[in-house]
Amino acid sequence: MIGDITFGQYFPGKSIIHKADPRLKITLTVAYIVLLFIANNFLSLAAVVGFILLIMALSKVPVGLYFKSMKAVIFIVTFTSILNLFYGTGEPLVKFGFITITQNGVFNAIFISVRIVSLILTSSVLTFTTSPTQLTDAIERLLKPLSYLRVPVHEFAMMMTIALRFVPTLLEETDKIMSAQKARGADMESGGIIQRVRALIPILIPLFVSAFRRAYELATAMESRCYHGGKGRTKMKLLKFGKVDVIVIGAVLINLALFIVLNIIFPPSIVL
Amino acid sequence: MNVIETKNLSFTYGVNTPFEITAVDDVSISVEEGEFLGVMGHTGSGKSTLIQMLNGLIKPTSGQILLNGGDIWEHPKEIRKVRFQVGMVFQYPEYQLFEETVIKDIMFGPKNMGLSDEEARRRAMEAVRFVELPEDLLEKSPFDLSGGEKRRAAIAGVIAMDPEVLILDEPTAGLDPRGRDVLLTQIQQYHKERENTVLFVSHSMEDIARIADRILVMNKGKEAMLDSTHEVFRRTEELKKMGLRVPQITEIMQKLHERGYPVDDGTLTMDEALRQLIPYMKRREENR
Repeated sequence: MIGDITFGQYFPGKSIIHKADPRLKITLTVAYIVLLFIANNFLSLAAVVGFILLIMALSKVPVGLYFKSMKAVIFIVTFTSILNLFYGTGEPLVKFGFITITQNGVFNAIFISVRIVSLILTSSVLTFTTSPTQLTDAIERLLKPLSYLRVPVHEFAMMMTIALRFVPTLLEETDKIMSAQKARGADMESGGIIQRVRALIPILIPLFVSAFRRAYELATAMESRCYHGGKGRTKMKLLKFGKVDVIVIGAVLINLALFIVLNIIFPPSIVL
Repeated sequence: MNVIETKNLSFTYGVNTPFEITAVDDVSISVEEGEFLGVMGHTGSGKSTLIQMLNGLIKPTSGQILLNGGDIWEHPKEIRKVRFQVGMVFQYPEYQLFEETVIKDIMFGPKNMGLSDEEARRRAMEAVRFVELPEDLLEKSPFDLSGGEKRRAAIAGVIAMDPEVLILDEPTAGLDPRGRDVLLTQIQQYHKERENTVLFVSHSMEDIARIADRILVMNKGKEAMLDSTHEVFRRTEELKKMGLRVPQITEIMQKLHERGYPVDDGTLTMDEALRQLIPYMKRREENR
């Protein structure tokens, strides 16, 4: 069901990764996603993926959750890797009518799937181990230079927190409304495209109505606690770099050095 | 005659994941035709999962649900028919309203059954009569109604399908005392007139004591008790262990009974209590 999607959810815990500074975590997530795409041979890719796996293990989030977060992208992964499989250049390994599979194609397919899977895993580590509040705090802090260009950074950050906060709530709500309409005999499984789109109306309208209702309620709740935007607002919990962060940075630097060496020394395994 | 029967019914959430939770565990119960069955249980006792299985919204992991003797999952493609026979009113049903007008929303269920416009309208009007919605509201947008009116419109939307079994999941939650009273009376009236089976889930012991013939108590996914209302509420201590209680008046009467007063320890409502206490007090006055 809808409730099975875990991507983007926070999983509370007390691991090293949970304790690391969220600003560091965001920066590193972006950096590792870039690294995943810079890697051009299997060894350097392995260095990146290995580090991501290590972080996953240290996060102490159940492996099952990571697998569940993959559910949503499994189609994309299969699709792109199959496409890549057939569009390789070079000497054919297998020839089957008009289909040719080359070694290069196989490598590409593996490379691409590892990249996408690792990409999801990396971002999952971030969202699983960082609470939405921490996440937006960090984003706000990281984007602060933009506020000198009159970009409303605080407002963006607040909008993001709220959006993230309501993802699970709205999913749950969708599930409930679907059940309620099904109980009244709504048919969502059969019929042509037009019928199926029409079958969505009884779900979408209540969902929108309740999203607006929640928005009003939240606005009132925020106002009654004197929220008036970011200006002059101080923080109770200041983000501070600690011992954990130094260790993480150290580990990352070693990993980075290894990556660069491997990426330069060994020849590329893929040709795109 | 049993209208619904479950055989070793179980349901597990998240099979083969670290989050496996057995919500309903080997439940075999039978619901008699025409009875008013109260369903209670602590939060997480599996009662919501159980009732959603009864009308085929959730498919059991194992076990069977028999509706009038036939397995409801025998023809999975026809599960919608089961949902018309076993009507289900969810908690806070007012959030499912979506049509342009109230009457159209109430007709949504009957229309899904494949009824003609006139027949659907006739059934909707019948349902409107039960929940006593003023007729001038019917052409309004459901979003313009008050909270209590929305609730009644939503309930009418299920009653309009004329189900053999009606399941209500906490229909009185969030209503003020009068709204609660009115709704309970309407449900009782509906049950009496249609002579159909009603399953009533509630956290309010007072509500259940007032209208249920029998009570099903769920605890940790298992069937803990299934007995007449009087018998269930006699087991105060057991209920307390499950995080439930008996109606306040029952508890008072039980305490009086323990202290030797001539009252019934299975008293369920204020009226019953008064019928015993007033004559007793009068006699005491006279003896003075």
